[in-house]
Amino acid sequence: MSMAEQVRELLKSRFGEAVLGEDDFRDQQSLYIDPEAVFDMCQALVADADLDVKYLADITSVDWYGVEEEVRKGRFEVIYNLYSIRHKYRFFLKARLPEDKPEIQSLTSLFNGAGWMEREVFDLMGIIFVGHPNLTKILTPDELEGHPLRRDFPLTFEVPQFSWNKDDPPEVIR
Amino acid sequence: MAQQKTLEINMGPQHPSTHGVLRVKLELDGETVVKAEPVVGYLHTGIEKTMESKLYYKALPCTDRMDYLSPMSNNLAYCLAVEKLMDIEVPEKVKWARVCLAELTRLNSHLVWLGTHALDLGAMSMLLYTFREREQIIDIYEACGGQRMMTSYIRIGGLAHELPRDFDKRVREIIKTFPEKMHDYEDLLTLNQIFINRTKDVAVISAEDAINWSLSGPMLRGSGVKHDIRKANPYSGYENFDFEIPVGEKGDAYDRYKQRLEEMRQSLRICQQAIDGMPEGPYRAHVPGVVLPPKEDVLHKMESMIFHFKIITEGFTSPRGQVYQAIEAPKGELGFFISSDGTNRPNRVRVRPPSFINLASLPALVEGRLLADVVCAIGTIDIVLGEVDR
Repeated sequence: MSMAEQVRELLKSRFGEAVLGEDDFRDQQSLYIDPEAVFDMCQALVADADLDVKYLADITSVDWYGVEEEVRKGRFEVIYNLYSIRHKYRFFLKARLPEDKPEIQSLTSLFNGAGWMEREVFDLMGIIFVGHPNLTKILTPDELEGHPLRRDFPLTFEVPQFSWNKDDPPEVIR
Repeated sequence: MAQQKTLEINMGPQHPSTHGVLRVKLELDGETVVKAEPVVGYLHTGIEKTMESKLYYKALPCTDRMDYLSPMSNNLAYCLAVEKLMDIEVPEKVKWARVCLAELTRLNSHLVWLGTHALDLGAMSMLLYTFREREQIIDIYEACGGQRMMTSYIRIGGLAHELPRDFDKRVREIIKTFPEKMHDYEDLLTLNQIFINRTKDVAVISAEDAINWSLSGPMLRGSGVKHDIRKANPYSGYENFDFEIPVGEKGDAYDRYKQRLEEMRQSLRICQQAIDGMPEGPYRAHVPGVVLPPKEDVLHKMESMIFHFKIITEGFTSPRGQVYQAIEAPKGELGFFISSDGTNRPNRVRVRPPSFINLASLPALVEGRLLADVVCAIGTIDIVLGEVDR
């Protein structure tokens, strides 16, 4: 059985309904899952000795603001990039979160490495990881309000000050 | 008598051994580190956000500016990700040239690491030697892309120009002279008692912990985990090359030092094979409407000129989907995640920065150790703050 089938088998048999769908765009296995189940799924994957999925390569997020048909499924998408070093196999778990309650369980108790990845997603995309021991800003300055990687956060630039515009200070987003 | 037991101090952001603007909040009990908390973000420039607002082509120069010591690796990872998204197959020659350039980049990055790491530990002269050798590599970059650091030479679907005429000669020169130089480095450091005392059993991390902390690159292999993306999931034709993956035993700073030196030797081997076996052919894929046509054609052929104009002004539209492409960059697993909504701009570009994720493990490396070991631990992680903060 190939790795893709094994992963599907394990998650389908243990979690059934929580696996909402799957695609293999460009030969990458992505499983669309219920956000409630993410922690239990990762725990099952880590515990399974055959699969040996112990490496959390990355956590990232996508904001689908402005793409109607995607927003209907949930505006935010959190993507877990898991890897099995023994089987050299990579796959993705993707969970959709609604705009009004972007909350998902933290994986910090399973993977130490998740700590900073989750902090970054929280800082830049505003997704709250429930159970994270230190969910604070990591990259942006403390005085910045909002989450820059959201699509509705304006992309701005700072006008440098010269003698000709020194009385007209540029607007800076706070 | 009330007595304060621990002392909290700041290391950085302007500290020479923090390789840029890293701040580490340290809680000390005497000279022992009780708690360490790295604070990053001083160089945050929103590169991911900037890339979202640009056409696929025009986002490329942003990638050089993250890990400025390994620009070609960054270009390569981004181009491979876009090529995967657009399903472009590049000519053989491009693959071989990219491998050669990526390995030169590994040499470049490891040389700077070696120089600065030794400098942190007090071996001043190393930096002078490593920068001398680095100069040769930087000269090759200059001959290729016209710039010494921000090359943007590897482009979507191929290379920016034909390889320079003396590329072959220059690379062979490095392959010939480099092993001798490496002997010099080893003479200076490998059996140097001061260096050994400063690095042996310092910043130790076990194999399980390394995996649990999501470490990658020499940090992971130094702990004895034999994982290299070039072998595990080959990209850009790495399956055609014959090389070893060196691994460490204990996972201390000295292991990682030997690890990186051995990687440099393997890189030379790969460069040799790439130069010897480089096939002839075009330097860019022929995919009208997506890959820029060669400049010579643009000046002489009507269609090429139209495509050139169209790609530069409105770009190309991509299928809706999400791709992730990881490469083994000098510092670890560098991955680009591109989410496309079917327009001519990416909906989201995520960089999986190796040094950011490796740096997160700093508390695990230094807590319970002496203050002086913090300097060694930061050096051995091999961070570039431009990439940590993006």
